[in-house]
Amino acid sequence: MIFPFVWRVLPGPAWVKVVLLVLLLAAVVAVLFQWVYPWFSVTFDIQDQNVEAVP
Amino acid sequence: MQAPAQVPTEPGAPAPRRAGFGNRLVSLVGELLIIAGAVIGLYVVWQLFYTDVIAGKEQEHVLETLDWAYTEPVTAASTADEGPEVIPVGAHMPPETAPVMEEPDFTTTFATFYVPRWGTDYVKPISEGVTRTEVLDVLGIGHYPGTGMPGALGNFAISAHRTTYAKPFNRIAELERGDALVVQTEGAWYVYRVTDDLIVYPNQVEVIAPKPGDLDAAPDGRYITLTTCHPMYSAAERYVVHGELEYWAPTGIGVPAEILEEIPQP
Repeated sequence: MIFPFVWRVLPGPAWVKVVLLVLLLAAVVAVLFQWVYPWFSVTFDIQDQNVEAVP
Repeated sequence: MQAPAQVPTEPGAPAPRRAGFGNRLVSLVGELLIIAGAVIGLYVVWQLFYTDVIAGKEQEHVLETLDWAYTEPVTAASTADEGPEVIPVGAHMPPETAPVMEEPDFTTTFATFYVPRWGTDYVKPISEGVTRTEVLDVLGIGHYPGTGMPGALGNFAISAHRTTYAKPFNRIAELERGDALVVQTEGAWYVYRVTDDLIVYPNQVEVIAPKPGDLDAAPDGRYITLTTCHPMYSAAERYVVHGELEYWAPTGIGVPAEILEEIPQP
């Protein structure tokens, strides 16, 4: 399904596919760390240390 | 990996029809679960480790840009000739005469914070505002807008993370009554002493009132209040430490003896 599909669409011989796969994963992790996780953490108030009146 | 139909299914899954719709569906669900597990696992790595690295670098960088802040290795030297000069007791000014700076713009770093109980190398910037994205997640300690500035009659209230994002208030529970909390601004040193610690619910805003604990009372002293989350890794309650100003001194004549005090570290 997903994994075999990714493997199929990546071009070149196996070692090129592996290199491309590593780059792809690194890009995905970078996007998660830089934007997705900070957004999630702030939006859902996983950690909050301020006192504030309940609206 | 090249034959999709041979992707193994989990034990206990419904018996797949060979290469049929059910087989493909189970494969897809299994792969989605693997991806979900990796994404959630990476979130933990990001929150517990990566935020410390990034926020720690940012806070060190902020400290370097404050040319007035004392950021030398804060350790008492073995002989009097070495190490920083200490403010003589005669230069300790009474709290009533403390200078109070104007409240700065949002996200401006205006002070540094020293806590000998957390090690003589503990120095963190204090910036205006307590929003997470702009201040607490990057700059470290934040000052509640509208509460007193350092030395002011009222309550100098600050907030910071207790875990993750370089965790400025990580060891807040170790503070004992009488411990020094030292604030430096561009013009003055302020030495506070811990008077009280308590655990409250997040809506108990009276802890940052001008007179801590009483929203309606007029200020009757020069207080400092630290707030952070409690228990650790949770947002259910708040850990609060109050302190009161003991003395202040102008900058330029040395550092308070308090920040050189070596307290045995756990």
